[in-house]
Amino acid sequence: MPGEPQVVEQPLGRSLTRASDKAVAHDARVVNAGDRIFYLTTRALACCVMALAFLLVADLFRGSWEAIRQFGLKFLIGTTWDPVARQFGTLPTIIGTLVKASIALLLAIPISIGSAVFISFYIPKRLRPVISYPIELLAGIPSIVFGLWGLFVMVPVIRFIQIWLKAHFGWFFLFDGPAVYGVGVLSGSVILAIMIIPIITAISRDILLTVPRAQIEAMLALGGTKWEAIWKVALPYARIGLVGAVILGLGRAIGETMAVTMVGGNSFDLVHSLFDPVHSMASQIASEFTEATYSLYVSSLIYVGLVLFGITIVISLLAQLLIWKLSKGKVAIFE
Amino acid sequence: MSNENYASAEKRGGEELRAPARASETASNKARLEIHGLSAYYGKTRAVSNVSLSIQTKRVTAIIGPSGCGKSTFIRCLNRMHEVTPGALVEGRVLLDGEDLYGPGVDPVEVRRKVGMVFQKPNPFPTMSIYDNVVAGFKLNGSRDRRVIDGKVEESLKMAALWEEVKDALYKPGTSLSGGQQQRLCIARALAVDPEVLLMDEPCSALDPIATAKIEELIHELKETVTIVIVTHNMQQAARVSDYTAFFYMGELVEFGVTSKIFTNPEKHQTEDYITGRFG
Amino acid sequence: MTSDPMPQISTHRSGLRYLRRKSIEWVACVGMLLCTGVTVFFLLTILGYVLYHGAASVDWEFLTALPVPAGESGGGIANALVGSAMVVALAALMAVPIGMGAAVFVNEFPGAGLGRFVRFLAEVLTGVPSIVVGLFAYALVVRPLGSFSGLAGSVAYAFIMIPIILISAHEAFRLVPVSLREASLALGVPKWRTILWVVLPVSSRALLTGVVLAVSRALGEAAPMLFTAFGNPFWNLNLRKPIATVPLLIYTYATGPYEDWHRKAWAASFVLLVFVLVTSVLTRAFLRGKADE
Repeated sequence: MPGEPQVVEQPLGRSLTRASDKAVAHDARVVNAGDRIFYLTTRALACCVMALAFLLVADLFRGSWEAIRQFGLKFLIGTTWDPVARQFGTLPTIIGTLVKASIALLLAIPISIGSAVFISFYIPKRLRPVISYPIELLAGIPSIVFGLWGLFVMVPVIRFIQIWLKAHFGWFFLFDGPAVYGVGVLSGSVILAIMIIPIITAISRDILLTVPRAQIEAMLALGGTKWEAIWKVALPYARIGLVGAVILGLGRAIGETMAVTMVGGNSFDLVHSLFDPVHSMASQIASEFTEATYSLYVSSLIYVGLVLFGITIVISLLAQLLIWKLSKGKVAIFE
Repeated sequence: MSNENYASAEKRGGEELRAPARASETASNKARLEIHGLSAYYGKTRAVSNVSLSIQTKRVTAIIGPSGCGKSTFIRCLNRMHEVTPGALVEGRVLLDGEDLYGPGVDPVEVRRKVGMVFQKPNPFPTMSIYDNVVAGFKLNGSRDRRVIDGKVEESLKMAALWEEVKDALYKPGTSLSGGQQQRLCIARALAVDPEVLLMDEPCSALDPIATAKIEELIHELKETVTIVIVTHNMQQAARVSDYTAFFYMGELVEFGVTSKIFTNPEKHQTEDYITGRFG
Repeated sequence: MTSDPMPQISTHRSGLRYLRRKSIEWVACVGMLLCTGVTVFFLLTILGYVLYHGAASVDWEFLTALPVPAGESGGGIANALVGSAMVVALAALMAVPIGMGAAVFVNEFPGAGLGRFVRFLAEVLTGVPSIVVGLFAYALVVRPLGSFSGLAGSVAYAFIMIPIILISAHEAFRLVPVSLREASLALGVPKWRTILWVVLPVSSRALLTGVVLAVSRALGEAAPMLFTAFGNPFWNLNLRKPIATVPLLIYTYATGPYEDWHRKAWAASFVLLVFVLVTSVLTRAFLRGKADE
C-alpha cells in the first residue's frame, strides 16, 4: 500500500476519507518489527511538528496572560501605549501595520501581476529564465538587507519626494505630515512592496503558466488580440491562484519585521498622513522587547505578538482554503 | 458508411463534378480560399510542404491522412493560428476572396475573425456562462446593445443546434454541459463572429458516437451559410460529411478532388492504399 | 495585388472599435514591459548597491578580526560569522531529523489523517512572522534558562527551518516512482528498508537542496535573534551564552550612529548576500545536474 500518494492531494471527500482509513488499517497491520518501529518513529517526529505548533500558541498565550487579564480585548481598541503609566493599547500599531501592508499591496499587485503576465506570455520560452530567475533571487534576499538599503538609499529619496509633495500638495490630508523624517508610512509601504513584488510575481507566473494553451488559442481564433485573450480568458481562468498569491504576499507584508523596523518609523500615534512615522506590530515588538523593564510591559508586547500571529494565521488559512478550492476547481474543469 | 449517404454526397457534388482537382485550374470566383505553395515549419522541421488547393464556397472540404501528416498544421495556417506556436513559420500564400492573408499589413486578428476555428477538444471558457461563451468573440467587435447580443446568442445557438437544450440554462457555466454540447457551444461561439470560413480540427475526436452524429448533422446544415474545412482521421466521417476531400501524406498533398471520386476511384496509388486501410 | 485595397479585411481595420482595441493592446503591452522593468530595476539597484558598497570594505581583516570598540578603526565580524554558523548548525541538527522524519510519515502513511494535518500545519507555519518565532523561543528557552543564548537562537531558527524542510522533502518523496518501491517490496524487502535504502537515496539531491534552502533562509533572519541570541561584541563559543550573528550585527550597525558602523553593515550585508546568492545558484545548478542525468 505504499504507492498512493495522490490521496493526500485529494479534497477531503467523505468517500476518500473512508478509503484512506482502510489504508491506515493496512499500514497499522504491520507484521514486521522493523516496520513497526519505523512507523512509530516517523509518527513521533510528525507529532513533534504538531507539538511545536501547539507549544507556539500555548507559549504566546502564557506569555501574554498577564496583559490579557489586565486589559482583555480592550487592548485591541486601546489607543494609549504608555509604559510609564502602565497603560497599554495597540490599536495604532494594528492600524499602522494594516495601512502599510495595504499600501504595499496596492503598489505591488499591478507591478507583480503585470510582470508575471509579461514573463508568461510575452517572453519566448528560452529567455524566460533570464528574467524570472533574478526575480526569484530577489525573493531570497534577507529582509535585513532590504532594511539597510531602504534606510540608506531609499529613505533619502523618499524624504526628497515627501518634502516636495508637502510643499505643493500639503493641503491634501494624506500629504499633511512630518515630511522631513523620510522614515514613515510611505517608506515602510514602499520597502514592503519591493519585498513582496518578487514573491507575488514568482507565484503568479507559475499559476499563469498552467493556463491551458487551448483556452488562449480559443480566444485568438475568435479574432481576439493577445491582450484580450489574456484579460478575458487567462486572468479569469487563473484568478483563484492569483488571489492566493496576493494573499501570501499580504501575509508576508504584515509579518515582515526588520525592514519595517528600520524605515517604517516608531511612534505610537494613530496614522493621519502618509508621512507619519508610526510603528507596525512587528517593529514595535522588535524595538521595545529588550527594553521592557517589568513583566506587564513584556506581557503586553507578547500580546501584540499574539495578535500579529492571529492575523497572519487567518491570512495563511485563507490562502490554504484558496489552494484547496483551486485543486477542487481543477477536478471540475478537467472532468 | 451507408450507401444512401454516399449517393447523396455524389448528388450534392453533382454540379461540381467537373471541378478540377488542382487549385491552379479552379475558377477563382467559386473558390473562397485559395492556397498557393503553402509550407509550414516548426523550427527547422517542415510539417507541410508546398501545398496548393482551393476551398469552394459553401462546401465542406475534408482533410484526411494518417496522424502526423500535417493536416492539423495545414488548417492552422488557414487562419494564421500556426504562427501562435513558438518557432513556427509559414511560407506561401493563402487567398481569402482574392486577398492574401499573409500579405503585408494584414492583421492576424482580423484574419481570425473571418476564418473561425473549432478545436479538437471542446474548450469553452470555464469562467464564463453559456451566454457569455457564445458572445465572447462577438462582443469584441460587435454591438454592445443588450438586445442585439441576446439575439446573437439565440441565433448562434440555434445555428449550432444547441438552443433547445440550453435555452433555460443560459447562465450556467459552459463547462456544465456534456462533451458533445460543449463542442456545439464552441461551434456557436465561432459562428457568432460571422466567419466566412469555419475550420474544424478533428472536432469529434473527443466525442462519443451519438455526439459525433449530431455534429456531423450540424455540419450538413451549416454549409448553407459557411464554407467548412474539416480535418478528420476518420475516413467514414470524411465520406459522410464532405463534398471535397484532400488526402495528405508526409506533409504533402497527395490527392484532392470530389469526395465520391476520392473514395471510389482515387487516382493515386497511395490514396487507394490509405482508403483501403493498407497503411495508416 | 499590392496596391489594390483589401476588400474585406481592410475595410474593417479603419473602424474606431478596431483602433481602440489595438491601442489598448499596445498600451497593455508597454505597461507590462514597464512593470517588469520596475521589478528588474529594483533587483539591480539593491544588488548593485550592496555589492558595490560592501565589496569596498570586505577584506581579510574584516572576516577574521573581532569587532573593535566604537570609534576605533579596523576590526571585523569574525565572531558573528562563527556565531551564525554555530547557531544555524545546531538549528539544522534539530530541524533536519524532525522535518525529514515528519515528511516520511506524511508521504508513506498518507492514510492517517495525522499526516495530512501535519502537512497542512507546515504550510501554515511557513507563514508565521519571524518576530513571533523569536517571542516563542524567548518564552520556551530564554525565560526558563534565565539568559539570552545561542541555544535559544537555534531553537528559533529550527522552528523556521522545519516547515521548509518538511514541505520540500515531501515534494521530493512524491516524485519517487511507485514502480521503484514496488520493485524493492516485491523482493521481500521490508518497508522501512525500502524507504531508507531506495526512497531516500533516490531523492537525496532534492532533500539536500531543501535543507540548503532552509539554512540559507534562516541565516538571513535577524528578527528571531533579537531576543534569543541577542548579540555579543566579544568572542564566544558557548551556545548557552549570548552570541553574535551576522544579520543582527547588520541591524545593530545600521541603526547605530557611527559612519564606520554603517560601512561595516554594508560589508556584512555583502557577505550575507554573496552567501545567499551563491547557495541559490549552486543548488539550482545541482538540481539541474540531476535533470541531465
